[in-house]
Amino acid sequence: MEFRGRVIKYGDDVNTDVIIPSRYLVHTDPRELAKYAMAGLDGEFNMKVKERPILVAGRNFGCGSSREQAPVSLKHAGVKCVVAESFARIFYRNSVNIGLPVLECPGVNSAVEDGDEVSVNLERGVVNNLTKKVGLNGLPAPGFLLEIMEKGLVEYVRAKKR
Amino acid sequence: MNITEKILAEASGKKSVIPGEVVEAKVDKVMANDITAPLAIEAFKQMGGEKVWSRERVIIIHDHLVPANEEKAAELHRTCREFAISQELPHFYDVGRGGVCHQVMMENHVKPSEVIVGGDSHTCTYGAIGAFSTGIGSTEVASVMLTGRLWFKVPRAVNIIVHGRLKPPVAPKDLILYTIGQFGADGATYMSIEFSGEAVHQMSISGRMTLCNMVVEMGGKNGVVEPDEKTASYLKERGLIPYRLTKNDAEASYDKTVEYDASSIEPMVALPYRVDNVKPVTEVEGTPIDQALIGSCTNGRLEDLRVAANVLRGRKVRKGVRALVIPASQEVYAAAMKEGLLETFVKAEALVCNPACGPCYGGHLGLLAAGESCAATVNRNFTGRMGSPKAKVYLASPATVAASAIRGMLTDPRTLEA
Repeated sequence: MEFRGRVIKYGDDVNTDVIIPSRYLVHTDPRELAKYAMAGLDGEFNMKVKERPILVAGRNFGCGSSREQAPVSLKHAGVKCVVAESFARIFYRNSVNIGLPVLECPGVNSAVEDGDEVSVNLERGVVNNLTKKVGLNGLPAPGFLLEIMEKGLVEYVRAKKR
Repeated sequence: MNITEKILAEASGKKSVIPGEVVEAKVDKVMANDITAPLAIEAFKQMGGEKVWSRERVIIIHDHLVPANEEKAAELHRTCREFAISQELPHFYDVGRGGVCHQVMMENHVKPSEVIVGGDSHTCTYGAIGAFSTGIGSTEVASVMLTGRLWFKVPRAVNIIVHGRLKPPVAPKDLILYTIGQFGADGATYMSIEFSGEAVHQMSISGRMTLCNMVVEMGGKNGVVEPDEKTASYLKERGLIPYRLTKNDAEASYDKTVEYDASSIEPMVALPYRVDNVKPVTEVEGTPIDQALIGSCTNGRLEDLRVAANVLRGRKVRKGVRALVIPASQEVYAAAMKEGLLETFVKAEALVCNPACGPCYGGHLGLLAAGESCAATVNRNFTGRMGSPKAKVYLASPATVAASAIRGMLTDPRTLEA
């Protein structure tokens, strides 16, 4: 899996309550959830993400509640992948399971600025900042997780059953 | 090995495991609530699921939007209800039959040494009686409902040894807030957090639940307390038998050991908008509040209500302030009624609400307007968590919140006359 695009950037400890505030969790349709992605932090997110589909963040991205609606809303709003200094564990697992590619990459927060163009290779765990011409090595997920990340857990389980 | 490693080794059919190792473990029970179950049910169907792997081991509990506050919430409940009926689940807790999911799990289902996963981040609570439990998302709940198995990375472990005794009214909540303040919001990410030492051994199961409940607020995977005689009498009293205890090996190892002196811990408050923004209440006394909230999976148990009632007895909530009391379960509610605690709250002009997550989840039952502040016994104070993004939530113990309700400002409970 490889993605290329411009970056939308946030800081440390972005929690799931701001990624998708509780009042929107009565919705189950991903397209409806997508409208409220980042509603607690950035009212212009849905507009920005169209031009900048790679989300870069600081430490502990996705901390807080176990709501899977958080990565679902980001994915369906158009986020191609999330690269962060570190992730909260449930958010990381949820992202893998719903097929939102995630990469833990220490140093990314200082090496990448809002609007930079980057390429991300999930298998190798490599992030290249094409604007600043610097490369970074992240922590690639093990093979079975990459497989789940690529198709989502629902498809992964269905394929195993066949 | 430590308790967590031993439970994971056993559940995955291995003699031993080491931190960092990925294992596939048998799951004893899986739980989901009215926010996480509907997505899990949908995913279960998409996976081609027909019957859950074990009817007895899939537990669904309505608590986040109880009773349904809008049509969409009623639809979520209907989805769960229909699934529970079609799957013939014996442990489905509908409106009026259970309460906050973690409380209901601890009252009726959790046993030591079990592996339990739940579609709620505070599932880490059950380590209070020596189970391994952790939060997962809806799609994983679906795959566990189907297979009864899940992969885990064996966590690195922290041992928090708390020497001495907490000095009442200093409570387990103050200890865990202090700990989170020391570690930071990601200070224990992916880690197993064990609590030990005299203060923990002296602590009730209810207090141990408060500790384990909040480990996720510093990134922890699970919280755990080694089972002892208090655990055994709790299990006996609740009829949770037979059970099997897992204890630490003599050579149990930890990545990190931290030692605190319980007697030096004061009443603490976590200030907006971070759970790790912790200060002694003495440094923020006098901060005005509009609402006081006593309840939640963190602090809505009988022991918590007793503490709050003792503070409120013969007093009144300050004019201009509203106080909400939300017992964590129907059982807690009934017991509080029998003891006369609910009458104490009513006489103090506090509003007793139905068992539910309530405003802690930000769904309904007492949300905040822009510019308002709430002292609460809950577990999160994030932006917008309890209504308006411009509202503020201060996390504290039941004693501190009750004292603050009386004065209408953050108050050190030690300064109230008995």
